Amino acid sequence: MELSILTLCYLVGSVTFIIGLKMLSNPATARNGNLLAAAGMAIAIVGTIFLYEEDGKKLGNYAWIFGGILVGGVIGTLAAKKVKMTAMPEMVSMFNGMGGACAALISAVEFDHLYKSYKTIDSAWLADFVPAGMYLTIIAGAIIGSVSFAGSMIAWGKLSGKIKDFSFRGQHIVNLLVLLLVLAAAVFTYQYNVGLALILFYTTVGLALVYGVLFVMPIGGADMPVVISLLNSFTGVAAACGGFLYNNKVMLTGGILVGAAGTLLTILMCKAMNRSLKNVLIGSFGGSSAAAAGKKDQGAYKEITLSDTAVVMSYANKVFIVPGYGLAVAQAQHACHELEKLLESKGVEVKYAIHPVAGRMPGHMNVLLAEADVSYDKLLEMEQANDEFSTTDVVLVLGANDVVNPAAKTDPASPIYGMPILDVELSKNVIVNKRSMKPGYAGIENDLFFQPKTSMLFGDAKKVLQDLIGEIKNL
Amino acid sequence: MEAILTWIADNQQMIYIVILMIFVGIEVIGHVPSVLHTPLMSGANAIHGVVIIGAIIVMGKAEHDNYVALILGFLAVVLGTLNVVGGFVVTDRMLEMFKGKKKSSK
Repeated sequence: MELSILTLCYLVGSVTFIIGLKMLSNPATARNGNLLAAAGMAIAIVGTIFLYEEDGKKLGNYAWIFGGILVGGVIGTLAAKKVKMTAMPEMVSMFNGMGGACAALISAVEFDHLYKSYKTIDSAWLADFVPAGMYLTIIAGAIIGSVSFAGSMIAWGKLSGKIKDFSFRGQHIVNLLVLLLVLAAAVFTYQYNVGLALILFYTTVGLALVYGVLFVMPIGGADMPVVISLLNSFTGVAAACGGFLYNNKVMLTGGILVGAAGTLLTILMCKAMNRSLKNVLIGSFGGSSAAAAGKKDQGAYKEITLSDTAVVMSYANKVFIVPGYGLAVAQAQHACHELEKLLESKGVEVKYAIHPVAGRMPGHMNVLLAEADVSYDKLLEMEQANDEFSTTDVVLVLGANDVVNPAAKTDPASPIYGMPILDVELSKNVIVNKRSMKPGYAGIENDLFFQPKTSMLFGDAKKVLQDLIGEIKNL
Repeated sequence: MEAILTWIADNQQMIYIVILMIFVGIEVIGHVPSVLHTPLMSGANAIHGVVIIGAIIVMGKAEHDNYVALILGFLAVVLGTLNVVGGFVVTDRMLEMFKGKKKSSK
């Protein structure tokens, strides 16, 4: 009876995951979809705690279980509530890593259990006692979970600026070798002396962690969202391995669902940047050729003062704001909205042009501007915005760089060649706010800054906007 | 070879689920607008937190003197819960903004 109720719980859980994910892909239902999936998850978890039995034995150690859930729940809620909107991407990466580590730990405990059952029989192979399928699910969960954990931690570090890009010559070959070593260690664990199995198992896990680090290290920060999405689907697969191990349908459904959806999402994100996944993973940004190309002299750029900017903007008919990562770092979204309202009160038409990958994640800018109460219909997607730039008087670029770099269209040697960009140079004036002339995430110079109709307005986006608002008010 | 075939036969239900779920997963998010990529990734991230069920099972089965299982299992429960709770809360926070937005514009 109780086991049938548990089965029902799992069934409900699985269905809510599918419907939840479906609802998440539509703006109108997304929030409820998330809550629905969360409710399904709660049912599955509570059901497992109280109803699960194996060989007629219920689960014990309730103090440990509830203690763990309490600790994880409190930290998770606080972290998720406290994190700034700008730091969302790294938070997702962090939580993803936790899931991966969880899957790897489960495999470690299960392996430890196997090892203890057979270690007395020395000189035998693990393969003699343990079915291949079972070993495969354990080791796959351990490897994929570890790669996902290590990779997510690096991605988190990179996004929060703690870790710099790092690559060396022949890294792809080293990565491949490490991956082969991981697989070799996994095979040896199974088909070698049982006495050494535990050491070999942890060697496998250790190598998988190293691989995770090496895998993400050379990938440029601008591509992190794609990598996080990919690691997200990895963790899904690792969770599904657990499903196989315990013959648990809800883990299997949830895991594979995320594995498949995450893979597709990764591909969709790549498409939004007009790049292939292979290109993202292997042809990392900022390679030697790009650096050399970036060094060439670009001529002079021209600066504009705040008061001039204020005049130009308040006497324009139509202004476009192009937000980028600089806006996110400076937390300037509220100041930006204020500027928009002020200009509108002077009869200027203000709109936002949102590049699909502006910021560090697709949709990043939409979320940020929505937080500042910017009206949804003022946010134009790239194609719409490109149609309107020719009738625009002023484009204000706030901390965006690569997404407005004309090299993506004109210079086949550029690493971002082929990426769709916002054609801001079609407008009458372009004002670019940046902290310095430093290149953007792709590590390349931007010709736009040196064009005659472009003026540079240096400074932190938030401070510049606030000063600009002051200037416009004083006009 | 034979071992693999037996394993497939023994687990055919699970294998069917895997195959069907791959198609469902792809189908379900096929038409997501790029604005929702981030929340969707975050939501999917929370869903794979279902791995916590495995952690609970490991923890619940651990014998009282098996410290490896107890400690690793406990860690797994904590991390799994972090993934689930944090994931859903972050996603909700992101989506809250979209919703609040819509209301005020109406």
